[in-house]
Amino acid sequence: MKDPTVPMPQVAPPAAPTAGTSASSLPVSASTALQWLREMHLIREFEVRCMQSYQEKKIGGFCHVYIGQEAVAVGCVAAMQPQDPIVTAYRDHGHALARGMSARACMAEMYGRASGCAKGKGGSMHMFDRPNNLFGGHGIVGAQTPLGAGLAFATKYEDEVMLGGKNRRVSLSFLGDGAVNQGAFYEAMNLAGLLHLPVIFIVENNGYSMGTAIHRGTTMSHDLCVKGRAHGLREVTIDGMDVVSVYRDMSVLVEWCREHSRPAIVDMNCYRFKGHSMSDPRKYRTREEEAHHESRDPIINLERLLAGEGVLDDAKLATMLKDVREEVRDAVTFANDSEATPSDELYKDVFVEPWGRYTGSSLPSYMGGATNACTFRATDGKEGLV
Amino acid sequence: MSAVMSNPLFREPLTIAGAAREIEFRDAVREAMCEEMRRDKRVYLLGEEVAQYDGAYKVSKGMLAEFGAARVVDTPISESGFSGMAIGSAMLGLRPIVEFMSWSFSLVAADPILNNAPKMLYMSGGQYGCPIVFRGNDGAGGQLGSTHSWSVEGLFSNVPGVKIVIPSNPADAKGLMKTAIRDDDPVFFLESERLLSMKGHVPEGEYLIPFGHAAIRRAGKDCTICSWGRPVHFCMEAAEILANEGIDCEVIDLRTIRPLDLPTVVASVRKTSAAVVVDQSWSFASPGSELAAQIHRHCFDDLDNFVHRVHSDDVPTPYAVALEQEYLPNVRKICEAVRSATYRA
Ligand SMILES: Cc1ncc(C[n+]2csc(CCOP(=O)(O)OP(=O)(O)O)c2C)c(N)n1
Ligand SMILES: [Mg+2]
Repeated sequence: MKDPTVPMPQVAPPAAPTAGTSASSLPVSASTALQWLREMHLIREFEVRCMQSYQEKKIGGFCHVYIGQEAVAVGCVAAMQPQDPIVTAYRDHGHALARGMSARACMAEMYGRASGCAKGKGGSMHMFDRPNNLFGGHGIVGAQTPLGAGLAFATKYEDEVMLGGKNRRVSLSFLGDGAVNQGAFYEAMNLAGLLHLPVIFIVENNGYSMGTAIHRGTTMSHDLCVKGRAHGLREVTIDGMDVVSVYRDMSVLVEWCREHSRPAIVDMNCYRFKGHSMSDPRKYRTREEEAHHESRDPIINLERLLAGEGVLDDAKLATMLKDVREEVRDAVTFANDSEATPSDELYKDVFVEPWGRYTGSSLPSYMGGATNACTFRATDGKEGLV
Repeated sequence: MSAVMSNPLFREPLTIAGAAREIEFRDAVREAMCEEMRRDKRVYLLGEEVAQYDGAYKVSKGMLAEFGAARVVDTPISESGFSGMAIGSAMLGLRPIVEFMSWSFSLVAADPILNNAPKMLYMSGGQYGCPIVFRGNDGAGGQLGSTHSWSVEGLFSNVPGVKIVIPSNPADAKGLMKTAIRDDDPVFFLESERLLSMKGHVPEGEYLIPFGHAAIRRAGKDCTICSWGRPVHFCMEAAEILANEGIDCEVIDLRTIRPLDLPTVVASVRKTSAAVVVDQSWSFASPGSELAAQIHRHCFDDLDNFVHRVHSDDVPTPYAVALEQEYLPNVRKICEAVRSATYRA
């Protein structure tokens, strides 16, 4: 918190909750707030359909749904600019959709289709969306945290070395409360503090890593911000079940990071309503505890708020839900009807250069003829980074 | 017979009569760990979700209840930290079993498991050894995508000082795990999530299987197929298909790749004059390439063709189901390799 070299303006603390009602009042236009509600419903509906498709064995591998945490991705993305890079872990469908990936591309990826966001090569845990500046879901716990520092390093470098302070992008790196215990995270925070990187580490603190309640795996778990304090990071604790709080507190923090080019850590309190993945009987927590958190459902929270403000009524909500269901149903149909990733894709995207398959020599002239449909090309750097 | 084989505990369980009991692969691994923990207080288990959750794959089910939290230790998601910690405790005389939920996650702990454990004895001039077992799921086949689908034997078999065990069935898993725990050196024990529910005959009584002793799963005269771990089952399937075509294959299950039982392989290839190596790791600088090189060296005058190799394709593991099946060393590829090696293509 106290880095003597950098001014530390106050970030507004979350407003004190008033009994019975939500603490939030709308900091944005009604249409924006309704858009948030729609996105949260979209994520939830999408995840429900994922679970169904998983049961039907249309989706394979590991599948981690985001139900209960929708306000975090939606509120955080709303507080960012579209050109701000985002990187996250394997519970990534929500971030992808909030960032603007189409439900079709996201679902098709899980179905292992050529029309998926990564041509069916990444799967549920590895959602990448270059046009929307989503630098991946990452399957290895904690792996995305140094990457987040690296994204911030690049945007800072771009401004300082290439563009002369033009863009001032802020990077977001999401991680779970369990990922806090990976060594890489501490190295990333130290680097970010040392090099003044504009990156925000958002700890989506849902209280559990698989079956391990946070206090069983993490020291000082009542105050996760202490982990960032040790590295000079600005810290904020946010109620992640309330999209308005997420948006409001993140907006202040993001602009502070942009202004000062400094890192921050967010202890984002939330709860995952479902199991860790599709095969988790949730024996490690009580149904009472779940019911308590379900009563804080971020979607119902927002619906109540919007109804109280007079911008949402039953008819409007029904239309919205119908619309969302239709969008997700369409995504499932699209995924189901799409062509499975063809086998010639196996050898594409291994290298940017079309070397083709390894046939016992590393000389390209001895390689087979696979050409590369890889979309990535490094720029010449004249116009900054893409 | 060597000194290990004269040890009465070392027996070949598959030949034991009356072993009617069938248990799952995961149960066999657990039995081995429990028996050794009952026998030796220095043995303990640690890893993510091993205690209260009964193991992410239920391999350690019930062990917390029997041995208590001091000997079945839940860890945070800190592979580098808990691997290093276990190695330190082994230097002082404990005998840890470290569970990696997946060997893919051991890469986070590359420094302790590759730079500390296998070198401690050598670097200390024989003063400090490291009696430790690292175990967990290895290999692809479950559509987990490229970060979670490592076959680490490709990387790790390059390192001097480690023993690498890759059992293909429950009986071997038990006997090899007991040997691993009693071994005074670091042992990497590679299980397969795809095999954990596989059932097989496992004898009731105590037995250990020595390292470096291959098992001949199927006798044949036309071509030797060498493999280890899950792909052994693909080889057996391929051998059936090839038998119908008149190609009689001998399938050798190496069981450990460090040490590697060359004499058994060489004797077989001298008989068949053709060899195919099936290895689920990538081909470049792999255990498969090492075995092929050794066969070429020792059977140079016996071979009718070069040693054919079947590996996972030289690309990161894809997620899509058909791509992943195509990527793996599957039955079709093994059949093609054998036909080619025996000039029946
Ligand atoms: C290095 C590594 N170790 C273990 C795992 C297996 N694993 C996947 S998710 C997970 C729990 C992570 O919990 P948390 O960070 O709190 O995220 P959440 O699932 O709650 O979103 C574990 C242990 C992994 N993917 N990578
Ligand atoms: Mg968590």
